Amino acid sequence: MSQTSVKEETIYGVGAQFESAKALLHAAEKVTADGYKKWDTYSPFPVHGMDDAMGLSSSKVSALSLGGGICGCLTAFIMIFYTSGIDYPLIVQGKPYFAFEPAFPIFFELTILLTAFGTLAGMLILNRMPTFYHPIFNWDLFIEKGQDDGFFVVIEAKDPLFSAEKTGKYLESLGGMNVTVIKEEA
Amino acid sequence: MSDVAEFSPAKGNEMERKVLVTNKRSFNWVTERVSSVCEKQTLVWWWWVSTGICGLVALLVPAMLTYLVSTGVGVWGLNHPVGWAWDITNFVFWIGIGHAGTLISAILFLTRQNWRTAVNRSAEAMTIFAVICAGIFPAFHVGRIWFAWFLAPIPNANAIWPNFKSPLLWDVFAVSTYFTVSLIFWYTGLIPDLATFRDRAIRAGNKIKSYIYGFFALGWKGGNRQWRNYEKAYLVFAGISTPLVLSVHSIVSFDFATSVIPGWHTTIFPPYFVAGAIFGGFAMVLTLLIPFRAIFKLEDIITIKHIDNMSKIIVLTGCIVGYAYLSELFIAWYGGNPYEWYAFLNNRVAFPGMTEVINFFGGIFGAEPIDHIEPAPYWWAYWLMMSCNVISPQLFWIKKFRTTPWICWIIVFFGPNVGMWYERFVIIVTSIHRDFIPGAWGHFAETWVDWTLFIGTIGLFCFLFLMFVRFMPMVTMFEVKAIMPQADAHFAKDEEIHEIEKGGSSS
Repeated sequence: MSQTSVKEETIYGVGAQFESAKALLHAAEKVTADGYKKWDTYSPFPVHGMDDAMGLSSSKVSALSLGGGICGCLTAFIMIFYTSGIDYPLIVQGKPYFAFEPAFPIFFELTILLTAFGTLAGMLILNRMPTFYHPIFNWDLFIEKGQDDGFFVVIEAKDPLFSAEKTGKYLESLGGMNVTVIKEEA
Repeated sequence: MSDVAEFSPAKGNEMERKVLVTNKRSFNWVTERVSSVCEKQTLVWWWWVSTGICGLVALLVPAMLTYLVSTGVGVWGLNHPVGWAWDITNFVFWIGIGHAGTLISAILFLTRQNWRTAVNRSAEAMTIFAVICAGIFPAFHVGRIWFAWFLAPIPNANAIWPNFKSPLLWDVFAVSTYFTVSLIFWYTGLIPDLATFRDRAIRAGNKIKSYIYGFFALGWKGGNRQWRNYEKAYLVFAGISTPLVLSVHSIVSFDFATSVIPGWHTTIFPPYFVAGAIFGGFAMVLTLLIPFRAIFKLEDIITIKHIDNMSKIIVLTGCIVGYAYLSELFIAWYGGNPYEWYAFLNNRVAFPGMTEVINFFGGIFGAEPIDHIEPAPYWWAYWLMMSCNVISPQLFWIKKFRTTPWICWIIVFFGPNVGMWYERFVIIVTSIHRDFIPGAWGHFAETWVDWTLFIGTIGLFCFLFLMFVRFMPMVTMFEVKAIMPQADAHFAKDEEIHEIEKGGSSS
């Protein structure tokens, strides 16, 4: 806690390391219960049950997937109906100009394709990616362990309950180790 | 302490669930071991040698395609009546191989088969490289490649549009969608692991690497607010890839099934092609991973259990394929269509001496001797296909063969890998080499261009895979960590985990 003298405006938040996924989950439950809003847990893999522990609702990515899928199906329908049914009707093997049966494979494929685009876009937009700079990357311990085997809780300075000293002590009381003040800029 | 009693498996219990990462490794061990594949400088001389050789072989692809485009499609052995031969065989062969990757990453994800985590990344990479190889053949088979854009619904001077009722056009949409979705799925899966590589490069002080991996990691942090969206996206990808993978080979089979050629015109094709694709694809996954797990010492991640499981899938799909072959043959006879039966009996099945064999066994039961049946011109291809695809996988009923990597490798290499190429050759060439009028009969003779182009795509496939293992994490680290016992929030700490020193020594 040597860095608490840093002015609060330049502080991004306070982070602490936890020893295991289990410890992280229990800490997250307590942080949620104590009413913190602007905070996150960091782990090298998704921890089962963490969404509930953090009180997060279900992700909205699937809404964009659905939107993409509907667009894909409509695109296929408009494309085939317009080209073969309206713009240049052509008799092929005596079959109808437009029918759903032969159009179905392309409906299906374009639905899947645009669902995939919608899902990727949804994941990137909701995760604010790509964003190449983030204050948490200033924390050396996080660079060392964050994507390897470290489990962290970071409470942001924006949180109404935040105070550099008290929040650090609070995280220690939950079993946090290596409590560190993370600066906004390197 | 109640956790311990609840979650430690009962000792000596036969039904005890096997641990997927053996020798009680730590999370850090997984990171170090998988990263070492890309970071270690020693012991990679073989990588340079094999990549060099494969790269040179891969150069045959642009060379032969240049020759083909500048001369004409006639440099392939295609002519009347065999207008589709090695090119389409190679196309279906490669695209089929891709299917195992998507099956592992999508269907096994939805069915919660946790063992998939160790193999899915490399299997997905295999899918993408196989589809690249596959795409070359139909693209150049169109003949005048500079008109290939006619396949897309783009307004053109002729004012006509593509024929959306044609299975060949469905195929264009199916294969391009399959490639794009597989690529997106693969890349999404790579993001957290690329972030691991980024952070390691930063710590090692390697600026160039940290920028490249950092660029592709898109600023991934690993916060749960990111994981939440990430996991949902992954679930959706798995959900859409499952019907997609089943649709792709079904649509490929429509290229044949919707025609009126005896031997092609069968409703069994879609499920039969899909089962064959998964069969051949798993064989290729094993062909690639058995050597790599040994070379990179990944035995604790890609364990014997993984090889065992994949061998079992090969037995299962091999049996489905065998059933499809036999029911196709039975229906050709039972259906009473003389053309269909001719295509099977006289073009494929009749081996030299078959009449004598039938008359010998018929004589035992007092049956009248049958007339002489001329041996089919491609009988050897048919029986090679039968023995490689139906008989050889049956060896995997023996546990020792499933659990001994080198035996398993030999079986899959000479069994399904070879057999699945012959299956497509048999279906395509034997059905069309005898047209309806005997005057239009002919044989297919491949040319040196057919050979070199096919060998070139094998080189290209291996080259791309070797580049992949050296520059990207070949095992999905974050997913492997997530299925390790200590990742479970109910994990009891008493079960000791070996803390391996950095550098990931093997003991």
